Amino acid sequence: MHTFKLNGQPVSVDVEDDMPLLWVLRDELGHTGTKFGCGIAACGACTVHIDGVATRSCVMPVSAVAGKAVQTIESKDDAILARLQAAWVAYQVPQCGYCQSGMLMAATALLRANPAPTDADIDAAMTNICRCGTYQRVRAAIHAAAQSKSVSAAPSVPSTAEKQA
Amino acid sequence: MKTTLSRRQFLITGAALSGGLLVGCGKPSAADRLGDHSLLPVEGGEVALNGWVKIAPDGKVTVAVPRSEMGQGVLTALPMLLVEELDARWEDVQVEQAPVARIYANATMMLNVVPFTTDDDSVLARMARASVQRLGYALSLQITGGSASVRDAWEPMRLAGATARAMLVEAAARRWSVAPDQCQVEAGQVINMKTGAKLGFGELAKEAAELTPPQDVPFKAPSQYKLIGKPMARRDIPAKVNGSAVFGIDVKLDGMVYAAIAQPPVFGAKVASVDDKAALQRKGVLKVLRIPQGVVVVANNWWRAKQALAEVKIVYEPSPNDQLSSADIAKKYKDELAASKGFSYGDKGDADLAFKQAGKVVEASYWAPFLAHAAMEPINCVAQVKDGHVTVWCSTQSPSLAKWKAGQVAGVDSDKVTLHVPFLGGGFGRRLEVDMVEQAVAIAKQLDGRPVKLLWTREEDMQHDVYRPAALSEFRAALDAQGRVTAWSNRVAAQSVSYDSVRRLMPSIASNTPDKNQIEGAFDIPYEFDNVTVRQIRPETHVPVGSWRSVGHSYNAFFTESFVDELAYAAGQDPYAFRRGLLQKHPRHLAVLELVATKAGWGTPLPPGRARGIALHESFGSWCAEVAEVSIEQGQLKVHRVVCAIDCGVVVNPDTVEAQMQSAIVYGLSAALFGEITIAHGRVEQTSFPSYDAVRLAQMPVIETHIVPSTAAPGGVGEPGTPPIAPAVTNAIYALTKQRIRSLPIRL
Repeated sequence: MHTFKLNGQPVSVDVEDDMPLLWVLRDELGHTGTKFGCGIAACGACTVHIDGVATRSCVMPVSAVAGKAVQTIESKDDAILARLQAAWVAYQVPQCGYCQSGMLMAATALLRANPAPTDADIDAAMTNICRCGTYQRVRAAIHAAAQSKSVSAAPSVPSTAEKQA
Repeated sequence: MKTTLSRRQFLITGAALSGGLLVGCGKPSAADRLGDHSLLPVEGGEVALNGWVKIAPDGKVTVAVPRSEMGQGVLTALPMLLVEELDARWEDVQVEQAPVARIYANATMMLNVVPFTTDDDSVLARMARASVQRLGYALSLQITGGSASVRDAWEPMRLAGATARAMLVEAAARRWSVAPDQCQVEAGQVINMKTGAKLGFGELAKEAAELTPPQDVPFKAPSQYKLIGKPMARRDIPAKVNGSAVFGIDVKLDGMVYAAIAQPPVFGAKVASVDDKAALQRKGVLKVLRIPQGVVVVANNWWRAKQALAEVKIVYEPSPNDQLSSADIAKKYKDELAASKGFSYGDKGDADLAFKQAGKVVEASYWAPFLAHAAMEPINCVAQVKDGHVTVWCSTQSPSLAKWKAGQVAGVDSDKVTLHVPFLGGGFGRRLEVDMVEQAVAIAKQLDGRPVKLLWTREEDMQHDVYRPAALSEFRAALDAQGRVTAWSNRVAAQSVSYDSVRRLMPSIASNTPDKNQIEGAFDIPYEFDNVTVRQIRPETHVPVGSWRSVGHSYNAFFTESFVDELAYAAGQDPYAFRRGLLQKHPRHLAVLELVATKAGWGTPLPPGRARGIALHESFGSWCAEVAEVSIEQGQLKVHRVVCAIDCGVVVNPDTVEAQMQSAIVYGLSAALFGEITIAHGRVEQTSFPSYDAVRLAQMPVIETHIVPSTAAPGGVGEPGTPPIAPAVTNAIYALTKQRIRSLPIRL
C-alpha cells in the first residue's frame, strides 16, 4: 500500500512498488489530466509536482512518492497555476492541448522559483515538447502571468500585434 | 503553368471523370448538403432545422460539427460560419460532433488529388474538380484533412445558417401576420419592425421546423459580417488548461481493461511463435492474444499490460525485408530514377531543344528522408463489442472509415457501429489511418463484451507509423547567355502515398498509378519558364507511407525553392528579385512574396553573422511565403526569426490563422533540423523523442504572421505554412555560408 497526498487529499493505492506515478494517477485514480507522451521522461507531457518540484511522473515509481505531496493539473488551489491558466486562455495557447498539462505544471514550478523569468530562464526551464508548436504563445503567456498578479477571469483574445509586442 | 494536355493525362483525367460520372455530375451543391432534421438526435424539446443546427426552447443553438478537433480550431471556425448567417448570439451556441452521414463528407479535400494548377480554368480542369468532389461525396468521405475543413464547410454551413434563419423569420411573420421583409433578426431574436415585438429563436423553432426549407437563400455581404474575420476565442481551450479535456487516451468506462501491443518490428514480418507463460503469471494480466497485426497483452492497468508484454517471447518468421536498410532504399530510388524517364502530367514547350541551345546548364540532386508524425498523444483506441453492437471511441481524422473498419472487423453492418470522436492529441495526417480501430475491435471481439483501451507505447508509435515518404529529386536547368532560365527539368522519385493509403484500406483496387500527391508542388511550379518538364517515378519499398502535414508539398517545396535559389545565384540575381521577375502572371504568388519581403526588411542590413533566406509555395488553396533569419555560432545553426505572409482567401478566425502558421512552421522546422527516420535490418531505428527530436522553446524562432486581406473563397491554413520553412532556412544558410544544403535534415 502506498499513501501520498494528491492535490491536498490523502490517497492510498495497492499497486506494485515500481508502477510509475503516471499510471497510478491515470489508471488507478482516474486523474487523466496528466498525460503519457513517451514513458522515458523525454517530452514532459506527464509533468506533475512532487513536494513542489516539477517531476516527470512516467519514470517516478509510486514507492518514491510515499508520504509526499503530489500536485497535478487538476489542483484547484494554486494561485500561480490559476494565473497561468488564465493567461493560457487569454493568449489562446493550446492547440491540440495534449502537452499543455505538462507545460502548465512546468511553468508553475518555474514561476514559483523565479517570479520574473527572462526568455533564457524560460528556455532553460521549459523543455517540454509541443508538436503543435505553441511555444511562442507559451512564452508570451508565462511573461503575462509573471507580470500580472491578479489574472482571475479570462480576458479577451489579445490582438496579433499585442502578442508580438 | 498552363500546359498542353498529354495523352496520358487525358486518360487519367478521363478515368477521374468517368468515376465521377458513375455517381453523378457536378460538384455537390450546398443545397444538396443541407440535410434534414432526422440526422440529428434531439432532447429536451430541441428541434433540428436541418442537418447542421438545432434550437432548444430556451434559445440555445447547437451546431453539428463533422470535423475532428485537433487544435486547428474547427469547433470554433465551423460554428462561426453557420452562426454568422443565423444571427444567433455566440454565447448561446454550443457544438456537438455530427454523426457520420453523406452531407458531412469532405468533398473539397478531394481537390487535392486533381493534377491541374490552381489557375487552370479549362473546361477539363473544372470538370475534373467537380467530378472528384462528387466522388468524395458519393463515398461519404467524412475526413478531417487536406486543410479543407473551412474550405468545405464554407458554403454548406453558411447556407444551413441562412436557411434556418429564413425559416425562423417566416415562422415569426406568420405569427404576426406580416410579410417576412417586415422582420429583422438580431442576436437570436426576430423583431417585428412595425411594432417592435420580439420573438426568440427558442419560441419560434418548433413552428419553423414545420416549414419547407426555402431555396436559394442569399448570403450576407462580407461588409455585414459580425463574426467572420474577427479573432474569436476557441471553444476547446478552457478544458485544455485544467486537465478536463477528454482525448481518446482518457476515455474511462466501467469494467474497461487495457491492452498493449507488439507489432512485428520488421514491416511485413509474421509471428512464428509466442511463449506467454511468464507474462500470464504477472499481476493483473488477463489475457495474451494474437491478432493479425501482432501480439497483445490485456490487463487491468495499461502499465501492467506493457510490462507483461515485454516478457512475452515472440519469434518472427524470417522475412525478405530482414536485411533492408536506408542505404538500400536510397539505392533503389537512384536506380529507378536512372532507369525510368518518369510520368508527366504534361510538359510545357520543348525542354530538350532548350537544353541543346543552352549557354549554361545547372544541375543538382536533392534528398528528403522518411519522417514520422510523432503526435503527442500516442496511438490508441477504445472498443467494445457487445450483443452484436460495436462502440468505438477513437481520436480519428477519418470517422467514416473508422466506422466502416470497425464494422468490417466485427462482422456487423455499419449501422451497428457507434463511433465517438474525443479530442485528438495531434493528427498531422497520422490519424487518417484506422489501424488502431482495426486492432482495438479485433481485441474487443475476444473479451466477452468488456470494453478495452488499446494504447501503443511511444516506441510502437514511432516504429509503426505511416511515414512521410523519402524523396529524391533531380534538377536540370538551362540558362541562356543573359542568365535567363530557358528550361526547367525536374524528376522526383518518391513512394506514392495515395497508392499505399488505398492499399491499406482496399488492397483489391489499389495500383501504383500516377499520383498527384507525389508530385504536388513540383508539377505546378508558378515560375514562368518557357520550357518545363516535370516527371514522377514511384518506387515501392516495404516501408508504409502516409499523409504527413502537407504531403508531397513537404518535400517538393524544399526541392523546388532550393533549386530556384540556386538558379538566382547562377543568374547573378538577388533571390527575391529573381523570383519576382518570374511571377508576373501570378498575382497571388507575387503579393505574398512582396509582403513577406517588405515585412522582413529584405535587403536591409542585418547584424554581422546573420543572413536571410526566402521561399514561396502554394498549397491547399493558399499562398505562403516565408523569410528565415539565421546565424551559425560554433557550428550551431540558430533560426532567430521567421516572417510569414499568407493569402488564404477570406479569413474566418484570424487568431487561428496566426496560430496555424506558427504551428506549421514549427512542425516543418523540427523536421528540417532533426527529422529523419532511418531503416536498419528492415526496421525503424528511431524509438522515441531523443532519437527523433523536435524543436523546443530554446530553439523557437520569433514568428511574425501577416495575412493578405482577401474576399476570395477560403483556402487552407493547417498545412500551407509547413512547405516553405525548410527552404527558407537552407536558403538563408547558403546566403550566410555559400553552403548549399541539398539533403534533410540539415547537417552543416
